[in-house]
Amino acid sequence: MNDKPEKLIDKKGLRLDGRKADELRPVKLEVGVIANADGSAYIEHGKNKILAAVYGPREVHPKHLALQDRTVMKCRYHMAPFSVQERKSPAPSRREVELSKVIRESLEPAVFMEYYPRTMVDVFIEVLQADGGTRCASITAAALALADSGIPMRDLVVACAAGKVDDTVVLDLMDTEDKLGGADVPVALMPNLNAVTLLQMDGILTHEEFEKAVNMALDGCRQIYAMQKEALKQKYVNVSEETKEEAEE
Amino acid sequence: MPIFLEKRQLVTPGDLIAEGEYLAGENTFVEDGKIYAARVGIVEYETKRVDVVALKAFYIPRAGDIVIGTITEVGFNGWTVNINSPYIALLRASDVLSRPFKPQKDDLPQVLDAGDLVVAKVVSYDRTHDPQLTVAEPGLGKITRGQIIKITPTKIPRVIGKKGSMISTIKQETGCNIILGLNGVVLITGKTLEDEQLAMRALLKIEQESHTSGLTDRITQMLKEEKTRKEENKNE
Amino acid sequence: MTAIITRVKKKQLSDLMAQDKRADGRGLKDYREMKIEQGIIERAEGSARVLLGKTEVVVGTKIEMGEPFSDTPNEGVLTVNAELTPIASPEFEAGPPDEMSIELARIVDRGIRESKAINVEKLVIEPGKKVFVVFVDIYVLNHDGNLIDASALAAVSALLNTKMANYEIKDGEVHLKPGYEQLPIRKHPITVTVAKIEDKLVVDPQLEEELVMDARITFAIDDDENICAIQKGGSGYFEPNEIFEAAKIAKAKAKEMRKKLNW
Repeated sequence: MNDKPEKLIDKKGLRLDGRKADELRPVKLEVGVIANADGSAYIEHGKNKILAAVYGPREVHPKHLALQDRTVMKCRYHMAPFSVQERKSPAPSRREVELSKVIRESLEPAVFMEYYPRTMVDVFIEVLQADGGTRCASITAAALALADSGIPMRDLVVACAAGKVDDTVVLDLMDTEDKLGGADVPVALMPNLNAVTLLQMDGILTHEEFEKAVNMALDGCRQIYAMQKEALKQKYVNVSEETKEEAEE
Repeated sequence: MPIFLEKRQLVTPGDLIAEGEYLAGENTFVEDGKIYAARVGIVEYETKRVDVVALKAFYIPRAGDIVIGTITEVGFNGWTVNINSPYIALLRASDVLSRPFKPQKDDLPQVLDAGDLVVAKVVSYDRTHDPQLTVAEPGLGKITRGQIIKITPTKIPRVIGKKGSMISTIKQETGCNIILGLNGVVLITGKTLEDEQLAMRALLKIEQESHTSGLTDRITQMLKEEKTRKEENKNE
Repeated sequence: MTAIITRVKKKQLSDLMAQDKRADGRGLKDYREMKIEQGIIERAEGSARVLLGKTEVVVGTKIEMGEPFSDTPNEGVLTVNAELTPIASPEFEAGPPDEMSIELARIVDRGIRESKAINVEKLVIEPGKKVFVVFVDIYVLNHDGNLIDASALAAVSALLNTKMANYEIKDGEVHLKPGYEQLPIRKHPITVTVAKIEDKLVVDPQLEEELVMDARITFAIDDDENICAIQKGGSGYFEPNEIFEAAKIAKAKAKEMRKKLNW
């Protein structure tokens, strides 16, 4: 099972999946996929498959958690037992608890929390298949779900990671690269405000490598941002095109 | 004064739509003198103002709005009402009974019970209090028959149409009475179930296609086609 | 229960910050008075108590024998846990670890683990079968801001203070021998937390500063000045240049502290 590859980058500078150092994995986004939710989105980022759904703003339960001057946002990041190589217990792990917190903190700055006091917005993220970078893909999908729900936002939030493998700073680590590589730096961004809302790192990086990784991740974020906007518009563009066809009949 | 997009273009939150001396209208926000979109929608430029007509939003109560709601709970001296909003509304017993509430004598579930539908008016709402409703006006009260559909509240103006043209067409062609709750809940009462369903289809079509052009014509056409089909079926 | 800060206090802090001043008179990049004591809990294999201003954290370490993880059969195990005890603050409630205590534990863990502070290869008793498990338990006794730096400091101090029992293997069984060995530590990670308040970056936020801050960012830095862990926290944001600025501040403060502590 564990044939660890000797090198993560070959002599031509190509990675295990054939990508170059600064290349993103393919991303597919779809908005409005869960009928019951107020907002929802689905993302495929590399082999990651993640669903995000938003319920709210709605009444706060339990009542004592309500804030008098703003919305309360709750976020649950959860991995399906079959999402990873070795079955994961459905009970929330410490990692999922931490990720739920940092993901929530990456989304809150984008939402106009002060507009709807004494309400609650629930963000649910389900990872159906994981292959490195799930927190970033989750944030990208969750932001779309929030926009889809109609809650007013300053900007979308988009996330992407960079890291280090074999002494090279690379963009968008997949699972093997994350496990065997030297560092992983996930970053979330509100592109219009140039505001970083999530930043974590584990591994070992010099200061220069760190700056390079962050800048690379920010660039990856901007690439995905364009796709997010398209996905939001796509939902309505499809209807426009259908009605044009109808009129021509 | 720069504007950055064409009229009626689809925008997403964070899109820069204008700069300079414009009034920031619906679903926009201002930062550093620039106006941005806050919701997904269609941007509309007037002479002095920019708005984003949101494609999806939820209902926030305003005093004076007519709404249609569902009784969710019979409380101690009134009812809680779901008005399709993040905020739960309250209807006082004294308002419904048109006199002070007598806890010993009045049996509230007899008057209105959980699951009942009401047409009501929002009396008050602010950031610190839940919305209060009243039914003590003509045309308001318990609903006993008809179909209820929900559409996103931002589409209600589109359903009404210019000077009420769209809604009159639908009422005329389907023969239904339609009450439009500003909270996105619509009550349709017609002579037959078919008529009511036709009206529902028209409303849902408007919700889906509200951002496209030529909608009024398409709706009129759809209704007329249905009417013709009904005539044909009758004649067979 | 969430802590509330009065508008008056908020404004006070704002006004001071605009003049590069802090409520307790510190400079923007100054730590509060720091006090570290080791070996305060004899029953623990190692322990330390840190006072950072009024924030107080005690860390105790325990060593047990256990199985290694399947993907690292030749390494000892490190596990870090944190308790935000109810005595430490009116905000804390008794119960299972909440997101705040889990995040705290995981940040401290990351700093120690990624810097390879503990020589985990030396903790192997029987490869693939038996290893030493190092339990690091963080106990917050008073919360007056910056639990992360105080806890990380206490954790590493406690590890430096940790003794492991001597043992030998006879007939496939582990037998304890008299005497002790220091837990093999080769790196001394230092974490520095920087908060953003009114567009200023301040080091070691005190509780009230935490209540008004936009966000915080924590850097764990190893002996060779490499960064081995980063965590942004709070519902606000940083601009990229602020992040790089904070990283430089953290590097400088870590160097200062390393000298002071002699690590």
